[in-house]
Amino acid sequence: MKIYPRPEPGDQPTLFHPAYQSTIRRAPALAPVRIPHTLSELTGPVFGDHALGETDNDLTRHHSGDPLGERIVVAGRVLDEDGRPIPHTLVEVWQANAAGRYRHSRDNHPAPLDPNFTGAGRALTDENGNYRFPTIKPGAYPWRNHHNAWRPAHIHFSLFGPCFLTRLVTQMYFPDDPLIPHDPILQSIPNESARRRLVSHFDLSLTEPEWALGYRFDIVLRGRDATPFEDQR
Amino acid sequence: MNPQRFVALPSQTVGPFFHFGITTDPDLGDLATPSAQGEHIELRVRLLDGDGAPIPDGIVELWQADSTGKYAHPNDTRDREPDPAFRGFGRLATGDDGACTFSTVRPGRVPGEHGAWQSSHINVCVFARGLLGHLCTRIYFDDDPTLAEDPVLSLVPAGRRATLLAHRDEGYGCWSIDLHLQGESETVFFDL
Repeated sequence: MKIYPRPEPGDQPTLFHPAYQSTIRRAPALAPVRIPHTLSELTGPVFGDHALGETDNDLTRHHSGDPLGERIVVAGRVLDEDGRPIPHTLVEVWQANAAGRYRHSRDNHPAPLDPNFTGAGRALTDENGNYRFPTIKPGAYPWRNHHNAWRPAHIHFSLFGPCFLTRLVTQMYFPDDPLIPHDPILQSIPNESARRRLVSHFDLSLTEPEWALGYRFDIVLRGRDATPFEDQR
Repeated sequence: MNPQRFVALPSQTVGPFFHFGITTDPDLGDLATPSAQGEHIELRVRLLDGDGAPIPDGIVELWQADSTGKYAHPNDTRDREPDPAFRGFGRLATGDDGACTFSTVRPGRVPGEHGAWQSSHINVCVFARGLLGHLCTRIYFDDDPTLAEDPVLSLVPAGRRATLLAHRDEGYGCWSIDLHLQGESETVFFDL
């Protein structure tokens, strides 16, 4: 049976983080109430292959033409906290286009939309926990959080994992992005080592000659095997 | 640092522009097909911020047992099949009024720790711009005579338990609950 230890302090964002202004009236002020892990928490939605189309994971093939921008492959493994692969789990992504514009009615950044790019994809991990998304490198974009605020380029990730406790929505960043130290959303995570886990790595083995660069992003979800020592605690 | 150390990734906000990514499927508002067993209900969930203003760019996800209390998941090893006409999972974006409405059935009771039974409840995840990690809570039903025995509700300070109770709303003709992310009537969220 798997156990789901709670995160170490500083490895998850501080929900009330005034540098990110939207947290000020939306982050709960009271401490959450700790409850045990019952069947309600140890179960969760299961998604099957039937829900996915053949090109759902290839964001460059959702329209008749090729999208503009730098073609990349983002790939990695979904793992538990023992480093064991999590097979057949749903991974959903969404992102801005190469110009930093989202296909969204409320995004009024005056950068062009790309008729050949929607920016949403999904995949199930294979039996070894692997996923792969051919896509376009998203652009940085301005937001109104503070004067001259820019988000570093990022791709949103949503994962379910094996149960209700493994749900994760996060963002993947790109290596050496000069905006990272200025981003209050990423900097809401106190531990530098934890922030670094959200930054993908350039990986030559994922590149496709004459076609696309490659970035590796391994995703660790909560959960590991119980050991006898922990059972006694 | 030990390179073999695997630590769960940090959460980040869904941001304001998730709609085209993960809430494109309106069918995820219907957990139950018409032939699902049990009492069919509509459940309106509204998200409010610390000023009491509706949150029009949030996501509500539900996870629940079927009407007999069975979860459609391999970890529910009790020897009976889940209702094939019931999905258990729902996901909707909130509208301009901060609300979204699901069609579902009232879940059956499920076991808790040490052989105790939990009252009928729906497990909830809340996502929004401004939430750096999702919030977890539960929805119970205010006409449930077993609430006083529920082992999870008993861990909640008595004065805050009402924040977890849906009620029949005559105005909307359905079950309804407001989730206050902050403020005087802040909803109880759980550390799981």
